[in-house]
Amino acid sequence: MALKFEETKTIKAIVFGVLSPDLIRALSVTRIVVPETYDEEGMPIRGGPMDRRLGTVEPGVRCETCGNYVMLCPGHFGHVELARPVIHSLFAKTIHLLLRATCRRCGRLLLPPPEIEEAKKRVKRLEKRWPLLKYKYGETIAKKAAKSTVCPHCNAQQYKIRFEKPYTFYEEVEGGSVLLRPIEVRERLERIPDEDLEVLGLDPRNARPEWMVLTVLPVPPISVRPTITLESGMRSEDDLTHKLVDVLRINQRLKESMEEGAPQLVIDDLWGLLQYHVATLFDNELPGTPPAKHRSGRPLRTLAQRLKGKEGRFRGSLAGKRVDFSARTVVSPDPNISINEVGVPTEIAKVLVVPEKVTPWNIEEMRELVRRGPFEYPGANYIVRPDGARIDLRYVANREAVAETLKPGYIVERHLKDGDIVLFNRQPSLHRMSIMAHKVRVLPFKTFRLNLLVCPPYNADFDGDEMNLHVPQNEEARAEALTLMLTQEQILSPRYGAPIIGGLHDYVTGAYLLTRKDTVLDKKKISILLFEANFEETLPEPAILKPGPYWTGKQVVSSLLQRDFNFEGRASVCRKCSSCLKELCPYDAYVLIREGGHLIGSLDKNSVASQVPSTMLHDYVRRYGNEEGRRLLDGLYKAFIRYLDWYGFTMGVDSLDVPDEALKEVKQLLDKANEEVFKLIERARKGELEPLPGRTIEETLEQRILDVLSRARDRAGEVASRYIGLLREANIMARTGARANILNITQMVAVLGQQSIRGERIRRGFTNRTLPHYKWMDLGSKARGFVYSSFKNGLKPTEFFFHAMAGREGLVDTAVRTAQSGYMYRRLANALQDFYIAYDGSVRTSEGFIVQFRYGEDGVDPAKSDHGKPVNVDKIIKEVLSERGG
Amino acid sequence: MSHRVNILEHELVPQHILLSEEEASKILKRMGISRRQLPWILASDPVAKAIGAKPGDVVMVIRKSPTAGVSVALRYVIRG
Repeated sequence: MALKFEETKTIKAIVFGVLSPDLIRALSVTRIVVPETYDEEGMPIRGGPMDRRLGTVEPGVRCETCGNYVMLCPGHFGHVELARPVIHSLFAKTIHLLLRATCRRCGRLLLPPPEIEEAKKRVKRLEKRWPLLKYKYGETIAKKAAKSTVCPHCNAQQYKIRFEKPYTFYEEVEGGSVLLRPIEVRERLERIPDEDLEVLGLDPRNARPEWMVLTVLPVPPISVRPTITLESGMRSEDDLTHKLVDVLRINQRLKESMEEGAPQLVIDDLWGLLQYHVATLFDNELPGTPPAKHRSGRPLRTLAQRLKGKEGRFRGSLAGKRVDFSARTVVSPDPNISINEVGVPTEIAKVLVVPEKVTPWNIEEMRELVRRGPFEYPGANYIVRPDGARIDLRYVANREAVAETLKPGYIVERHLKDGDIVLFNRQPSLHRMSIMAHKVRVLPFKTFRLNLLVCPPYNADFDGDEMNLHVPQNEEARAEALTLMLTQEQILSPRYGAPIIGGLHDYVTGAYLLTRKDTVLDKKKISILLFEANFEETLPEPAILKPGPYWTGKQVVSSLLQRDFNFEGRASVCRKCSSCLKELCPYDAYVLIREGGHLIGSLDKNSVASQVPSTMLHDYVRRYGNEEGRRLLDGLYKAFIRYLDWYGFTMGVDSLDVPDEALKEVKQLLDKANEEVFKLIERARKGELEPLPGRTIEETLEQRILDVLSRARDRAGEVASRYIGLLREANIMARTGARANILNITQMVAVLGQQSIRGERIRRGFTNRTLPHYKWMDLGSKARGFVYSSFKNGLKPTEFFFHAMAGREGLVDTAVRTAQSGYMYRRLANALQDFYIAYDGSVRTSEGFIVQFRYGEDGVDPAKSDHGKPVNVDKIIKEVLSERGG
Repeated sequence: MSHRVNILEHELVPQHILLSEEEASKILKRMGISRRQLPWILASDPVAKAIGAKPGDVVMVIRKSPTAGVSVALRYVIRG
């Protein structure tokens, strides 16, 4: 049976069933009898489990059945004729149900004929509309039938059938239970008529129940259980082969004992042993059975174990394959490389290869690489000749000579070098931005290096994160990666409708400090900043001439923007005044860029950050495209970091210092609130408290207390932030949106506030009190988790405990939430993965069914849209007018 | 006392138009798909009954859309 690969067939349907003994024999090429694998000369024994007719695994040997060599021989099944039938333990549950549901004498379903007729009709109906429900219904019918004690067809008395895991059945007759041997079980199953089986949801043509009791055992082909030859020449058999030998040995002994007429006790013993071996051949982790062990004591890995679990066939070999031309290591930051680049360690660059065709134009270069060989960095590992022969340069003595043999048409597998295109990825890959194309920069040391600006799309940080790298191996793949997947092509994310690549943390602080009104730079400083930013024109005119030539930080920005760029927006430091003074803003929070000149307003989160829409960065990338956007990110953003570096931005406890009056004021506020709480409690106790609609008195009291305390906390925060100067580092970070918020500062400076569990004040602990430090029924603010201390001054022990309680809840919540939302997202992604947007703008499934007639009903690409709208008319009008009027 | 309501006049029921055979096949040809590849509507759907759509027909639905203002969709009428 030579295989023809050119034949293509369409699968119309798949039927699952149970192999019948006849089918097993028909599938088999030979009967296996001998429990030995090889003879003294090492030749496979004919009729043994390694019979040559079961297929070849040795190269150069033709298969005795199909005549093919290893590559083309699919392997062939054999079979064992079992001396006595045994239960197929994986079907034991079904067998048990069938034994109970049918008559022990006549084999009919234990239901009166009219009921069977009725069920038959229902099965027919279910089959048409809900085929899966048929099986469930069959089960219910069987369970109902199992309750009968007398057969309605032949009036035979029915007994309880007890099933003992994993494969033993007993019948509970009057005066004790009787063992049902597999032979008897099989006989009973044989008696069940086809018609009754159909009612029970079984398909008698493909799954007769007696086939669940094995009389013939299929022997899998050798290619499924190959012999492993160790370097020492020792041969080691596969676990399945060991198991088959066990089965064959016991089978032979059982047969001989029966022929000799051995006592029934001996036969039953052997029979039980055969049953055990066959059962463990299928599944070696059956409940209630000791697993079959190897000589070394290691449990055997039989059929079920090969498929099951994380390392099984499905999860391990099919869903998760290992790939070539890939690398994985820890990532670390490098602000000096482009966002389009990735730093690759030399060690990795020497292993990953790119096949390069030798041409008359690069032949000398290729020869040099071959001469350098696989161990010196820019070298080559293999040469592929046009006839397909591979030369491994590791084992070539004279590389010089090999290099001379290079001719156009040869392929050199050279080391990765600067500028090669690779794919870079961090799991979990939830986005398209989780895998992006980068250009290689080969660098010393052992980590992958990436620009900090591409952390958000990968969601990467450097606390030990590892990332993967893949090397495309042909021109088409490289071209595709370069045009579609390059980092700069992903700056604008369809997820936010905003740039996902952009500044975070320090970049925001740096931008603010550089573009603040009071930043002045001398010639040396601005020169260095502009040099860092790859600025190659002449220095702008200094903004300040006396006492000497000085430049402002805004001039750095202006120099790096396109000449016709306009932007208007509010900075994150904006105080949201009731009437905006615009250009006259005292906080320099009104950002105005005209004709590429950064006129006023300091840049911060609302201008340079990632994942924020309508920023300067967003407008810039949209207006000038990805290439120019990348230039801005690679240039200007470096200047931000360099300036921050000079500034020496750092935060200590002293940046949280506030004058004593402030603390006094905070204390007064809180004391008043505490008193108010007690007054509320007192009023509630006297029954003077007016309940809120739909609330009990207790609930009303809780609500009122919470209101009072949260108001007090807010006021305390206001006091604290009034005293903490605008210049303090913590405040700069919070106001510019670089990190943390004002609330965090007030928690450090003034008061931590209410700790809560499940959105309520803390109630947990003993009966009617949270901790032994408080009295029974104490509803006061302290006893219920309001923390009066600040982080800076330190928490009291009870406060610390409440804080830890609330902290733990937060931790558990995030863990649970990420797990749940992760699975939810996974199901969604799997459900939507085959949808695509056709050329006519409609969304279709892989089978061409229409899902949406136009993507999103308006056909707008969210990455290119302006707040979901295709165009922003106001913005365009403004732009056109400014072009005209200047 | 019961009185019949004309659901077609209801605010939340978008406009349904029964397409003629020629119109339907023209549109389908332009989209390069067969009828079954359209989203389906049951013939027993109240609106389908109201406009007299039979299995095999194609119905055009014109409705308001938060993103596009007005959006047009097609439905293939199936038995049921």
